[in-house]
Amino acid sequence: MIEQLVFYLFGAVLLISASMVVIMRNPVHAALFLVLAFFSSAAIWLLLQAEFLAIALVLVYVGAVMVLFLFVVMMLDINLVALREGFARYLPIGLTIAILMVIAMGLVVSSDYFVGDEFLVKRTLADDYSNTRELGLTLYTEYLFQFEVAGAILLVAIIAAISLSMSKLKITRSKEPGDQVLVKKEQRLRIVKMKAEKSS
Amino acid sequence: MIESVFQLITQYLLQPAVSFVLPVDYQAEGLYVLQTVVKIMAILTPVLVTVAYFTYAERKVIGFIQGRIGPNRVGFFGFSLWGLGQPIADAVKLIVKEIVIPTGSNKTLFVIAPILSLAPSLAAWAVIPFDDTKVLANINAGLLYVLALTSLAVYGVIIAGWASNSKYAFLGAMRSAAQIVAYEIAMGFALVGVLVAAGSLNLGDIVYAQSGSFIHWFWLPLLPLFVVYFISGVAETNRAPFDVAEGESEIVAGFHVEYGGMAFSVFFMAEYANMVLIAVLSAIMFCGGWLSPVQGIVPESFLSTPLIGAVLDEGMHWLLIKTSFFMFLFLWFRATFPRYRYDQIMRLGWKVFIPITIVWLVVIASLVVGQVPPWFDG
Amino acid sequence: MDAIKNYVTSLFLWELLKGLQLTGRYLFKRKITVQYPEEKTPQSHRFRGLHALRRYPNGEERCIACKLCEAVCPAVAITISSEQRDDGSRRTTQYDIDLTKCIFCGFCEESCPVDSIVETRIFEYHGEKRGDLLMTKQRLLEIGDMAEQQIAEDRARDAFYR
Repeated sequence: MIEQLVFYLFGAVLLISASMVVIMRNPVHAALFLVLAFFSSAAIWLLLQAEFLAIALVLVYVGAVMVLFLFVVMMLDINLVALREGFARYLPIGLTIAILMVIAMGLVVSSDYFVGDEFLVKRTLADDYSNTRELGLTLYTEYLFQFEVAGAILLVAIIAAISLSMSKLKITRSKEPGDQVLVKKEQRLRIVKMKAEKSS
Repeated sequence: MIESVFQLITQYLLQPAVSFVLPVDYQAEGLYVLQTVVKIMAILTPVLVTVAYFTYAERKVIGFIQGRIGPNRVGFFGFSLWGLGQPIADAVKLIVKEIVIPTGSNKTLFVIAPILSLAPSLAAWAVIPFDDTKVLANINAGLLYVLALTSLAVYGVIIAGWASNSKYAFLGAMRSAAQIVAYEIAMGFALVGVLVAAGSLNLGDIVYAQSGSFIHWFWLPLLPLFVVYFISGVAETNRAPFDVAEGESEIVAGFHVEYGGMAFSVFFMAEYANMVLIAVLSAIMFCGGWLSPVQGIVPESFLSTPLIGAVLDEGMHWLLIKTSFFMFLFLWFRATFPRYRYDQIMRLGWKVFIPITIVWLVVIASLVVGQVPPWFDG
Repeated sequence: MDAIKNYVTSLFLWELLKGLQLTGRYLFKRKITVQYPEEKTPQSHRFRGLHALRRYPNGEERCIACKLCEAVCPAVAITISSEQRDDGSRRTTQYDIDLTKCIFCGFCEESCPVDSIVETRIFEYHGEKRGDLLMTKQRLLEIGDMAEQQIAEDRARDAFYR
């Protein structure tokens, strides 16, 4: 009973916030609704007993990705009039992509994977069943190769991003704090003894 | 004792209420919901009182370190009582103050922001084990849950800064966002070390993995991670010496410059609640939670002696003592260290802490694989 | 060798611990706060507080309306008007000090040839309505009468240096 109530509640929040992401004119509001959408889908995953995935979604997308996203969106000074100008021009492409996505999702959902009796009844799990352990076992045995490849690609992406943003020219004048700490008095201060001049 | 009180409440308060209001079919669920609410209140009331008196403790401790005596006037019933009434007087003052919403601000977000910063730090208490039985939600991914919720606190800060329509607030929000994202990674890696060492994400299991005397606790094998975790915790909560988000001498009060009255005090409570949370997490993950430091050193028969045995035995009081120590550290740091420069904060987070944690993850993994006693044998 | 030492000390946060040790010691040091209404710090006999006009022991007011204080006052807080009294001596009819302007520099006191205008040790005063802080001649004389003993004592102690 409670579970169903919670499901419908979060489902409704998810649907509303997801549509608000598209409808909202202010990009910051749209981004915040996206956060809400992530959050409610995480709640629904929790109901499906996928607590690791749900929390990872909150941790990675809500906690890190969306923060940076908001960071950028808040900095932008977006001219809304200019954005709305090309609506009619981009409508056919947008519609095509949307229809394609709906078809793709429909195909996936109606495929053989998602039919059958096992999805109609809730699986009862043993008390010591750990979502995290199961996921880790699958990831590091069955899908080890794919996992490592994904890791390598991400590493390459990180290196690429850093090398793109790092300019060869040293234009900043920032000091290295480690060097500053090591400075001794003798290196900077020279005490010179001078004879006092005599007035004639 | 707490259990029997809870049972009494269930029996004489909740059960009659449920059977009076709800139809028979839903009574079990209704009772469960009510029981959970009672448990939440039993956890959050002490937490909020602690938060209130933490502000008092801060003023006292910093005063003492600076050769002053701190607040000592407001008391109860005509007795000054070292100023113990101060937090309540402050609360009353802030509650009756008007909340000014600036023109040009985003009203909804302006009001939501303080709630968004307080809610995650209170929600994280759901998985904190106070004892081997006393925990609200004994979930398997407790560690991840805590990490996810502490990462949410940044939204309150960012939204407050943006919705205020003020340059200082926005600067504070930007600083804070960059800082929290940077230190969250180091914090996460430090917690991965705990996870590797304990072999579980459940906070209760993490405490059990540390059983033994105080040398069995994780602070010793994970010492660098422990230090990194605590310092990152200080940075995450925007406390001195990492309080550039507030930076009262540079950007007045940073992200909450436009807030007054209760809205401000909710931010204030969020900051202190976060500190208490970091302190209790440090106690649980690195200092054995409710375990006694003399476990295994003092003979078992000694523990059955009245009073002293009960004190030395494991129990919630040890968790409270350890948490208080870490809370004191926050205040001690604030009274000692000058504020970091912003670029130095970033350098410390990205170039020092993250490499240290990654190196120590390799070390700790090899210790675990090698089953090095006394921590990882068995 | 130095590099290794530096590395180790920075790795173990040596200097931070030293700082913590220092503040930790101060936690238990004696506190120097003065609990103001109950305790007060000792005052110098040269303390410059609220102003007063003095009288001679026979009750005659000292001020001869020379207006030196009015002239020397850097904040232009003193206003004086004078008139010939029936016995032929020059006396003030108005002697106002605006305390909201006064900077308590003590120049009026220094300039006074007859030790008439002085600054007392009184510093706990306030005004509740506009005008309360404008000290008229009468109020200044009242303060002088009230605090004469203390004022005389303080002048006597300072006489050697004058």
